[in-house]
Amino acid sequence: MKKLSFAKLNEFFAAIAAKEALYLPVNNNVGKAEFKQWSEGVELSHALNTVRSAKDFFFPQTENLMKFKMEGKSIEVSDDRAECEDFVVFGVRACDAASFKILDSVYLVDPIDTYYKNRREHGTIITLACGKPAETCFCGTFGIDAADPAGDVTAWETPGAYMLRANTEKGEALLALVADLLEEGCEKAVAEAQAKTREILSKLPLAGLSTEGVGVGMTKELFDRPEWKTLSESCLGCGTCTFVCPTCQCYDVRDFDTGNGIKRFRCWDSCMYSDFTLMAHGNSRNSQVERFRQRFMHKLVYYPDRNNGTFGCVGCGRCLARCPISMNIVKVMKTLGGKN
Amino acid sequence: MNNETLIPYVGIVTEITQQTPDVKTFRVEAPGGGKLFEHKPGQCAMLSVPGISEAMISITSSPTNTEYMEFSVKKCGCLTEWLHAMEVGQMITVRGPYGRNFPVYDELLGKDLLFVAGGIGLAPLRSVINYVRDNRDKFGTVDIVYGSRSKEDLVYYDEIVTEWCNTPGFNVHLTIDREQENWDGHVGFVPNFVKELNPDLKKTVLMCGPPIMIKFTLGGLMELGFKKEQVYTTMELRMKCGIGKCGRCNIGNKYVCKDGPVFRFDELDELPNEY
Amino acid sequence: MQEMMVKRAVELLENGTVDRVLGWTTGEFAYDMTPAVFRSADDLKNGFVYNDFCAANLSKYLIKECVAGGKILVFLKPCDTYSFNQLIAEHRIKREMIYVIGIACEGKADIDKLKDMGIDGITGITAKDGVYTVATIYGDATVKATDAMAERCLSCKSKKHMAYDELIGEDGDVVADCGRFDMVEKLEAMTPDERYEFWRGELSRCIRCNACRNVCPACSCEKCIFDNPGSGVSQKAAVNSFEENMFHIIRAFHVAGRCTDCGECTRVCPQNIPLHLLNRKFIKDINAFWGEYQAGENPDAKPPLGRYEKGDREPGEFGGVQA
Repeated sequence: MKKLSFAKLNEFFAAIAAKEALYLPVNNNVGKAEFKQWSEGVELSHALNTVRSAKDFFFPQTENLMKFKMEGKSIEVSDDRAECEDFVVFGVRACDAASFKILDSVYLVDPIDTYYKNRREHGTIITLACGKPAETCFCGTFGIDAADPAGDVTAWETPGAYMLRANTEKGEALLALVADLLEEGCEKAVAEAQAKTREILSKLPLAGLSTEGVGVGMTKELFDRPEWKTLSESCLGCGTCTFVCPTCQCYDVRDFDTGNGIKRFRCWDSCMYSDFTLMAHGNSRNSQVERFRQRFMHKLVYYPDRNNGTFGCVGCGRCLARCPISMNIVKVMKTLGGKN
Repeated sequence: MNNETLIPYVGIVTEITQQTPDVKTFRVEAPGGGKLFEHKPGQCAMLSVPGISEAMISITSSPTNTEYMEFSVKKCGCLTEWLHAMEVGQMITVRGPYGRNFPVYDELLGKDLLFVAGGIGLAPLRSVINYVRDNRDKFGTVDIVYGSRSKEDLVYYDEIVTEWCNTPGFNVHLTIDREQENWDGHVGFVPNFVKELNPDLKKTVLMCGPPIMIKFTLGGLMELGFKKEQVYTTMELRMKCGIGKCGRCNIGNKYVCKDGPVFRFDELDELPNEY
Repeated sequence: MQEMMVKRAVELLENGTVDRVLGWTTGEFAYDMTPAVFRSADDLKNGFVYNDFCAANLSKYLIKECVAGGKILVFLKPCDTYSFNQLIAEHRIKREMIYVIGIACEGKADIDKLKDMGIDGITGITAKDGVYTVATIYGDATVKATDAMAERCLSCKSKKHMAYDELIGEDGDVVADCGRFDMVEKLEAMTPDERYEFWRGELSRCIRCNACRNVCPACSCEKCIFDNPGSGVSQKAAVNSFEENMFHIIRAFHVAGRCTDCGECTRVCPQNIPLHLLNRKFIKDINAFWGEYQAGENPDAKPPLGRYEKGDREPGEFGGVQA
């Protein structure tokens, strides 16, 4: 356990940024937190979480895949991506840190997505334990401990200082890099911070949210439930929930004529969109109720089915805060599953 | 398989055959000759013309063909229209092979096979049929029931008549939807034809065609006493990545591109009815 | 208010005037109400809610509801009735299939404003005499309702209903000096570079979730150009900053003259982009070039961009300031 006094935070950032790009939550021009690159003068946001999740670091909204040169009847393919440079992200919350595992189980299983892997291998994550969770938080439902987040390094805010614990080799290396700024840490201060957070967590309105009634093997029971119709009735079919979600990983592959060849890129896609499953000869999900159902069934049943019961949701609460009509996974779970 | 699964190979179209008014078969070879990659019967590949789009197409040639791969494509969307307009010598991109194949290396060995196809649905089955022809001693009898709207809409007609019909142990049953001149064969829809033929319950069925044909043929087979465990089909859904990541072809806990496209009907029963 | 609404809705359901009711239903917290269709008196009694957080404009749902048939009761705030009239004018909804109850509105709260004050862990909100008492797991807070009011409500253009079958509460007046063009004027006063910087600062946050488009009552095309693969602009994400700008600018053009300034685009934007400013620029210019016009005020009025008169200005005669 190491200790970084608040007074040395800026030096800490500067020391890391001198070696590799450092990203951290920063308040933007409308006062909302988003991950931005640190440079002298940039201040850490104290918001609980960013509007967009941290998945962007490994699965950006758009990403170039390759280029094509077309001449007459010939085609030349070029994969001109460079090896990703090392980077550090500071201030990732427990929920987002857990979401990386979920993305890994999609992108790092055979056949491995090398674009994702490239970014993942070069990123070092410093998580920050939550001190003041919000009413929209329910990470505990999925076994995530906001007071003890994963990541290469875990940080706790304690009176006067951050306590830092390296969890991986990458994390050890990072702390070694800034060793002269660190003092010996205090386990007790961490335990106190954790106790405080856990007490708050137990009082959150969604603290008792249960996964009863959803999960592995529930396809047959849940798929034809009449409640899907009422739950989805006012869904706008926009992609807000999908795009702010740290675990949504669907993408589209598109070509763009640059005027100087074809660029093939991928971009986030949403199963809530009407053309997601549209083919030349028809659409397998024609109505919004089917699309809405797909999104929640995927997180609550299909994903757990494929991943030993792990849910495809980390309880970050972004969809609760951002859905234009305030429909979300909690309401779905409560309606379809247990009663609490 | 190519390590960079989203990055395609470039292939050259070396022959184009007009199969029916709206189906063409494209022979694709590597620029230096030979096949771009090996595949198993029933697997698919992503074909693309950069700038137009990319689509999953079944590989219709048999893996026993050592010189080239073939794709039969029905004209019905942006990419397929472009493919239909191109000429021999054009390059296209190909990546794959993707998905689960028909189990010709294990479960189907020694079995009597009944192929049921409608329209362009014969394309994925042709790969299996020709594999079976080239490994004749490993399989039992082969019955092929194939139907289309008209005689002109029967794909691979010449190959069926000159080769399949003359293969020992092969019985080919063709049908078209309506009477027409120059046709003295069977007239009627595939599901009814299959029932009329009253196939032996020992057979294993491999089926592909329009959803309506599949639905009624399956119903007919069940009435005859077949079990869902004996019937295989291959599915088609919108796909983008082909490797179970982009999420598009997800039905229930399966990704059609990776866990399919070949499924046994008892497996499909476990999935929500969304295809 | 809520009680009166439920009572009246139950009466109209039970006497057969309507067969369903479009309103808002309860949320998990005190502020996350969802638009909902109620089909029985029990549904209404158990789930119907109306409070300062029922901000959604329900007009657009009427397009879908009119396709479904029958007759539906809808509760509309004054600003929603402009959208309602505009949808009537565009033949997107059928007046005879809808029973409108106008409800008075003193402005809606914006939960983001409360949270931006540092109020977290909200477990309940009660309103009394223009003050919210917000219960949180960290203790109670009191906030003046006007301090938590949505921007669009602070510059409310009208408390008068443009259409209704009956009213609950007193009808108000059109607000003469609502100040809704103040920010547009500030933008007009900027240099082109400053203005560009302003818009890049805002639009660069766009994640192309399409919430603004999907919620917009003026965006009622069955097939949007941005969803048409043949249009060449159907990207799901902006390829570059030009496209980021273009999506919003084109959308503003498409709704110009038809946008009633309901402000839903800005309300739903997950990135808090003040999209309504683009529309207000168009409204302001249309007022300046063709005389005062408020879309949705009168469904029979000829819209300035939908009519031709001999005296109309020619292109090039507009001058003015570009936003």
